[in-house]
Amino acid sequence: MAGVGPRVAIVGAGPAGAFAAACLLRACGNAEIDLFERLPTPWGLLRGGVAPDHQEIKRLDDAFDRQTLRRGCRFFGNVQVGVDVSHAELMRHYSAVIYATGAQTDKSLGIAGEDLPGSWAATEFVAWYNGHPDYRELQFDLSARRAVVIGNGNVAADVVRMLTLSAAELERTDVADHALEALRESRIEEVIVLGRRGPAQAAFTSTELRELGALDGVDTRVDPDDLVLDAVSQHWLAEQGTFTARKNVELLREFAARPARPDARRRIELRFLSSPVQIRGSARVDAIDVRRNEIVRADDGSLRARAVDGDIETIDCGLVLRSVGYRAVPLPDVPFDERHFVLPNERGRVLTPAGEPLHGVYAVGWIKRGPTGILGTNKRDAEETVSRLVEDLDAAALPQPPNPEREQIDALLAERKPDLITVEGWRAIDGHELESGRNAERPRVKLASREELLVAAGVAQQR
Amino acid sequence: MTYVIVGSCIKDDACIEVCPVDCIHPRPGAPDFETAEQLYIDPQECIDCDACVEACPVDAIFADFETPEKYGYALELNEQFFKEASTIERTAA
Repeated sequence: MAGVGPRVAIVGAGPAGAFAAACLLRACGNAEIDLFERLPTPWGLLRGGVAPDHQEIKRLDDAFDRQTLRRGCRFFGNVQVGVDVSHAELMRHYSAVIYATGAQTDKSLGIAGEDLPGSWAATEFVAWYNGHPDYRELQFDLSARRAVVIGNGNVAADVVRMLTLSAAELERTDVADHALEALRESRIEEVIVLGRRGPAQAAFTSTELRELGALDGVDTRVDPDDLVLDAVSQHWLAEQGTFTARKNVELLREFAARPARPDARRRIELRFLSSPVQIRGSARVDAIDVRRNEIVRADDGSLRARAVDGDIETIDCGLVLRSVGYRAVPLPDVPFDERHFVLPNERGRVLTPAGEPLHGVYAVGWIKRGPTGILGTNKRDAEETVSRLVEDLDAAALPQPPNPEREQIDALLAERKPDLITVEGWRAIDGHELESGRNAERPRVKLASREELLVAAGVAQQR
Repeated sequence: MTYVIVGSCIKDDACIEVCPVDCIHPRPGAPDFETAEQLYIDPQECIDCDACVEACPVDAIFADFETPEKYGYALELNEQFFKEASTIERTAA
C-alpha cells in the first residue's frame, strides 16, 4: 500500500498527545493520526491547568494547532476511550494506539479532616477557575479571612496567585466567568503556604517564586528564622544544589528583608518545615494543625522532612487547598503499574504484566513517566515514544488492523457519538470564545459547561 | 547586545535546534538539563541572529533592550547561569 502511512490513534489531546502527534508527523509524514479527547476541547492542561494569568504560555496552542490539526491530524472530541469506544475497538481500527491520558487525580494527605467541606485538592480549584466543564458546579467558600495552601510546587504558586490577584487583574485573563464572579467577592486577606521541607528544597521554580514576591498590593512575607538553613541543607545547597534552589533561597532572603507593608491589600506568608497533621472543624474547615519538621539525610542520600517533637500550632482558616501532586488512574483494558501509577512501559512501548511489549500500544507524557517535568519535557518524551513506534513500523512489527479504513472508524463514532466534536466543532468553539474575549477586552471568554460547548460546536441544540 | 530567555520558557528545545553557535543551555542530555527550570542564553556567545526568537513557540526570548519590564531580572539571570553553573558539567554530556 504505497503512500499510505500507519493509522495511529492518540488518546488524550493534552500537551503530551499534541507533542506526540507533531513528532510523529515529522518522523513519518504520511501517518494518519486521530486525536481522541474526552473533553469537547483540545490541549488538556494548557487550557485547563496553566494559570489564567500566564497567557504567554497558553500561546503554545498556536504551535500545537499548526503542527497537528493544520497538518491533517483529526480531532475526535467528546469521546471517552474505555466508555464510548473500547481499547479493543481502537486496536481493530488502528495499527498503533498511543495513550497520553495524563494523571487525572490528585494525591491525598492522609490526615483527619481532609474530607471536610472547605478542604480541597488544589487541582479541583485549578480545574474550576480554568473552566473545566466537569468542575463548574463546585462551590468554593471564599468568605473566610485566611486560606492555607499545602505544598511548595508550581500548582501551589498558581493557586496562591489566583487567591491574591485583584479583580482588575483577573478580569484581564481568561479565568472562567463563574470563578471570576466568586473571586471578586472573595474575603480572603491572607494565604499561608506550608512547605514540608526547608526553603532550599522548595519545589517552586524561581520564576514562580519571584512572581509571588512581585504581586501588586500583596505583602509576601517569610519569617527570617525559617531561612536559617540547617547544616544538612547548607551543605547540600553548596555542593549539590541546583541553580534554581540557590536562586530560591536568595529570593526568599530578599522577601524576608523587606519591611512589612500594613497597607497591603492581601498577604502571603510562606512557611517552611511545616506539615499539616489534621484539619479541624465540625460542619466545615475551621482550622488546621501544623507540626514542625527538621531536615535529615535519608539512607538513599535524599533530604527528607522528619517531625520534631513539640508543640502543634493551630492556624484558623476557612479554606485548605492541598497541592501535593497528581496521580494517574488505571485505564480500562490496558495494563497498569499500581505501584508507580503509570502504564508499564519500556521507553514508551507499553508492556504486558509479563514484561513483553504489547504490540501497537504506546504511552507518552504523565501516564508514561509519572507527573513530572514541565510542558517542554513532553517534547523529548514524545520523541522517545515516537522513535519506538517508528522502529516497530520499520520492522513491520505493528499489528494489521482488520478495519483500517478511515470510513470504518468514522461510521463507528457516528453511531456511538452523535455529538462528536471534530476540528470544525472545535474551531467554532474557539472562534466563539475568542470573539467574546475581544468584545470584553479579555484574551478569551471560556464556555465552561459541556452544554454550552456542544451548542457552540454545533452538535447540540440549546435547551 | 544579546538575546535573553525569560521565565515563561517551557523548555521546548526549538531554540537549541536553530541556534547556529550553540549558546543556549542546558542541552537535552546534559547533566543539569532535567533540573533546569528554563533554558538560558550565554550572552558571551550569542551573535544576535534572531533565529531562536522565531523558533520559540511561547515568545519567551527577547533582545536584551526590548525585554518587557516584568522580566527585568532576565539578563542578569541568564548571565548568572553561565557564571554559576559548572561548564565542565555542561560540556561533559
